[in-house]
Amino acid sequence: MASTAIINKAAPTRAVKYGSMSRDRKWALRWSYFFLTLFAIFSLVPPLYMLITSLKSSAEISAATNPWWVFHPTLENYIGLLTSNQFLRFFWNSALVSIFVVTITMLISVPAAFALARMRFWGSATLATGVFLTYLIPDSLLFIPLFKMFAVFGDWTGIQLINRWYVLLIIYPTLTVPFCTWIMIGYFASIPKELDEAAIIDGASWFQTLTRIFIPVALPGLIAATIFAFTVSWAQFLYPLVFTTSNDQLVLPVGIITSLIKGDVFNWGQIMTGALLGAAPPLIIYAFLMDYYIAGLTAGATKG
Amino acid sequence: MVDVAFQPNRVAGAKSARKRSSLKTALKRKSTAAFLMTLPLILLITILVLYPAIYSLHLATLNKSMQRFIGLGNFEFLFKRDTFWLVVKQSCIFAITAVVFKALIGFIVAHFVHNIPAKGQRKWRGMLLVPWVIPPAMSTLAWLWLFDPSYSAFNYTLSFFGIGPIPWTGDANWARFSVILVNIWYGAPFFMIMYLASLKSVPDQLYEAAAIDGANWWQRIWYVTLPMMRNIIAITTLFSLIVTFANFDIVRILTAGGPLDHTHIFATWAFRIGIEGSDIPLGASVSLFMVPILAVAAIFILRDVNKRGNEA
Repeated sequence: MASTAIINKAAPTRAVKYGSMSRDRKWALRWSYFFLTLFAIFSLVPPLYMLITSLKSSAEISAATNPWWVFHPTLENYIGLLTSNQFLRFFWNSALVSIFVVTITMLISVPAAFALARMRFWGSATLATGVFLTYLIPDSLLFIPLFKMFAVFGDWTGIQLINRWYVLLIIYPTLTVPFCTWIMIGYFASIPKELDEAAIIDGASWFQTLTRIFIPVALPGLIAATIFAFTVSWAQFLYPLVFTTSNDQLVLPVGIITSLIKGDVFNWGQIMTGALLGAAPPLIIYAFLMDYYIAGLTAGATKG
Repeated sequence: MVDVAFQPNRVAGAKSARKRSSLKTALKRKSTAAFLMTLPLILLITILVLYPAIYSLHLATLNKSMQRFIGLGNFEFLFKRDTFWLVVKQSCIFAITAVVFKALIGFIVAHFVHNIPAKGQRKWRGMLLVPWVIPPAMSTLAWLWLFDPSYSAFNYTLSFFGIGPIPWTGDANWARFSVILVNIWYGAPFFMIMYLASLKSVPDQLYEAAAIDGANWWQRIWYVTLPMMRNIIAITTLFSLIVTFANFDIVRILTAGGPLDHTHIFATWAFRIGIEGSDIPLGASVSLFMVPILAVAAIFILRDVNKRGNEA
């Protein structure tokens, strides 16, 4: 800033040239803003439309007035959902599952990442690669064998896991742990070796090195990994659809789709309200912790 | 070995032996600790990822009641069905078209965001990433409502331009277009954010040098930006190919495979057969067809990620 000002003052004779350059630049800027606005509209239409519809009464929706405008805003959809025990149950199940999964994920992936980043042992490099490969195995490949596995497990031991919300606590970590371990390896590996050597020399155990040095220093990575684990377990749709069926065991995404869509009757006002409320927790986290969210997104590929 | 050579000097030998054994226990302790720390991870991957993957190979060779081994019978059955080939075709169309457009749109938008003054970039980036943040099951519901046959807000808007009501999810080709459009909407921001991060890491000097050599903007992109971003483009594209190929949520909610199975992809068809139709072996065989393309993409990603690791 300061240097450009000085250059402008010092070289007034070149003003013409700067003028033409800045005119080009100005047009480039205008085009950029124009297209960015188009893309932003494209990005924001569905969420905004959720909001618009959620404020309408079902009478206004079926009257087919201008869909982009609310003529008689009402909160009846919100009141209807937030006082319905069923919807609150879905929300509660989702929250419970996500919080437990985040805890389990962190308990598994942080020590593992520490061991893989710092303690070279037999097979550690292979294991790190294996973790990354596991991250690439999609849920849609594993849901059928997992379903059968849990059914057989139930027959053998008598412990019924299918159609219980806590079965998700066992399955979701397969989605969250590999990626969280992978990005934590990256963050831990970027911590200078001298730091933990100093701790070891001072007589700290491995466990103390992890809790007193690594976790505080790599806190941004830890937050990014936590956000990732939370958003994945909040948004997961396939596994709960396969593994849970009773109304009291469903999580939010599946609950909205199976309970609010009754046959061919779509109560769109409530569906959009439910979808918006379901999208709210990740959106709120994103709004406040955008930098950590983006760090987590890009860390997977840039920290190798 | 060294100890044997110095055998006559017993004191020194004993000393070094003790030293070595204490070193050994320390080493042992360290590796035991490391093993214990990674044990939950190893167990998780073995029991819940590797075992099911192998188990699905076994499942695919059983008959519907899962009592008899029928070898490749399920695959033979699949090859004879028209729907299967429809699914193969649609999966490829869906994944390739969606990934190409996501990559292109992501690249273009990343350039626009990179172009504007740094102060405003945060705001734009924040807005453009929203589709990626909303759980896809929730946002697809909004799209379903936007595409509604009788109340479609798009058709309402298009009617002002004299464009007749479009059967967004009713007609096979329009339904194919719709699922791809929603997938692009959902996935393009991911590309945008990855490209933006890598655009920022291209040194300005390179562009200055190119500008001095008289390169126009196209040559700057072709000779400077693309080569510098090649690695990240490859990783992002391959990763997105895997995710898109294995997509379930969007197709399931938007069309559930319809009309007449024309928008089914491997994941949704496997769900329809394996869980809804309770023919688990056949469903497992369908989902196994995803493996080859996933494996190829994974190998290339791994190569690129390792290359990146070596450079750093």
